[in-house]
Amino acid sequence: MKIIDDIAKRTGAWLSGAGPMSDIVISSRIRLARNLTGFPFLTKSDSSQRNEIYRLLYDRVMHTDLGCKILFVDIEDAPDLDRQVLVERHLISRQHAEGEGSRGVAVSEQETLALMINEEDHLRIQVLGSGFLLEPLWEQIDKLDDILQQQLDFAFHEQYGFLTACPTNVGTGIRVSVMLHLPALKLAGELEKVSRAAKNMRLAVRGLHGEGTEATGDFYQISNQTTLGKSEKDIIAEFCTIVIPKIVDYERMARQALLKERTTALDDKIWRAYGTLEHARTLSTEETLYLLSHLRMGIHLGRLESIPLQTINDLFIKAQPAHLQKIRGMRLDGEERSVFRADYIRGRLAETN
Amino acid sequence: MNITCQVCSKAMATVHLTDLMGGEKQERHLCSECAEDEGVIMKPKAQLNEMLQKFVMQKSMAQELADLTCDQCGLSFVEFRRHGLLGCPHDYDAFKKALEPLIERSHEDSVQHVGKIPVRAGERVRARQTLARLKRELKQALQEEKYEKAAGLRDEIENLKPS
Repeated sequence: MKIIDDIAKRTGAWLSGAGPMSDIVISSRIRLARNLTGFPFLTKSDSSQRNEIYRLLYDRVMHTDLGCKILFVDIEDAPDLDRQVLVERHLISRQHAEGEGSRGVAVSEQETLALMINEEDHLRIQVLGSGFLLEPLWEQIDKLDDILQQQLDFAFHEQYGFLTACPTNVGTGIRVSVMLHLPALKLAGELEKVSRAAKNMRLAVRGLHGEGTEATGDFYQISNQTTLGKSEKDIIAEFCTIVIPKIVDYERMARQALLKERTTALDDKIWRAYGTLEHARTLSTEETLYLLSHLRMGIHLGRLESIPLQTINDLFIKAQPAHLQKIRGMRLDGEERSVFRADYIRGRLAETN
Repeated sequence: MNITCQVCSKAMATVHLTDLMGGEKQERHLCSECAEDEGVIMKPKAQLNEMLQKFVMQKSMAQELADLTCDQCGLSFVEFRRHGLLGCPHDYDAFKKALEPLIERSHEDSVQHVGKIPVRAGERVRARQTLARLKRELKQALQEEKYEKAAGLRDEIENLKPS
């Protein structure tokens, strides 16, 4: 699809590397789960009801002024590779990509907004931004939700709030996630502590692609699990005043400690990563993530000044399997991808010299 | 040990208790009848009955849960437990008894929505939410021993209740 080809070439505004605390906070995300009244949830919808929900939501989403240009992708019709590109960019979930039946996603041109139709719930509204900016994101999604509510009746219960297919999302239907880059805490062996503290606060700690994924390349996603009994603002305030600033401070301290006490070891790590990326002939996704992670830390600590941060951020996205195949313009198997990934990264780094 | 009951002073004491009252050890000797009256022991017959009753109740509760089915979407509670997803908005009411403990567990003991309300949902929901919020604040104020604040909140709650 032309839309996806275009998307695959860009970095996406949420990965611009800008925004508050962006040395450690990669991106912030808020999503709201909503269901229409008058329809069963999707597990109990037959295909004609599913189509009806799809058409209705498509219609309203595309014919309402959401304040930005919206592109629409019919996921059911989209080729596998295109779906994968959207997953790699966090615009749709893996579940949405691999699901069945009529479903789609509306994406704003800047990719800071995505509305998934017929995922686990009828509608999932998501806003994304680079760095730590949950408060402006909440304002944005709150407004969007209000606009959509003028057109749509969402299932709501006096006691339980917004009703969702899974009772773990009921109430506000909100999921707040912050993606963190914590290489120094990882090197210092302190991540277990962070993870335990987060779990004690009823927060989930996950890998790069959310639910069910391992943390790779020192990236961790922290999100709320409680959606009932606390207001959206309270949930966000917990992140803004307690959770995230604490972890960010902790990581910054760990980075400074590394810089002071283990300068040579740190430099070695960073420059080895650079050397490998500059010269390797095959690279797996996982190895690449780790190497880029070290470069990213090196840049933020001022140890490596020749590469723009922008290039690194871009490579995080482009080095993923579906993106590489889009760039290459053909399907590649695992081994071919590893070779092309190494070629591509060598080329990109050579441009910066 | 041949002691008469301390309560009725008639029958032989067969129940011997050591209580700690205000830090002091106190021995008490009761006959079985007086001990039953004081709720210290239970009649064996009653005990068995109660156990049986409990057992039957549990059985029928489990049966009741197993039989729960939503009349709107046709989903059974058993099916829900298998997949973790509900079939329609009405399930929240249809399965309330069985579902609420699960909801409570996964949301830090809460079963009342606080936060955004649909624009069209109306005043009733809003009032209910305000009440829930005030009650929560009251609880917290009491925990923190901020009694003046608590008193203010209590008045507010009183005012909100329909007269």
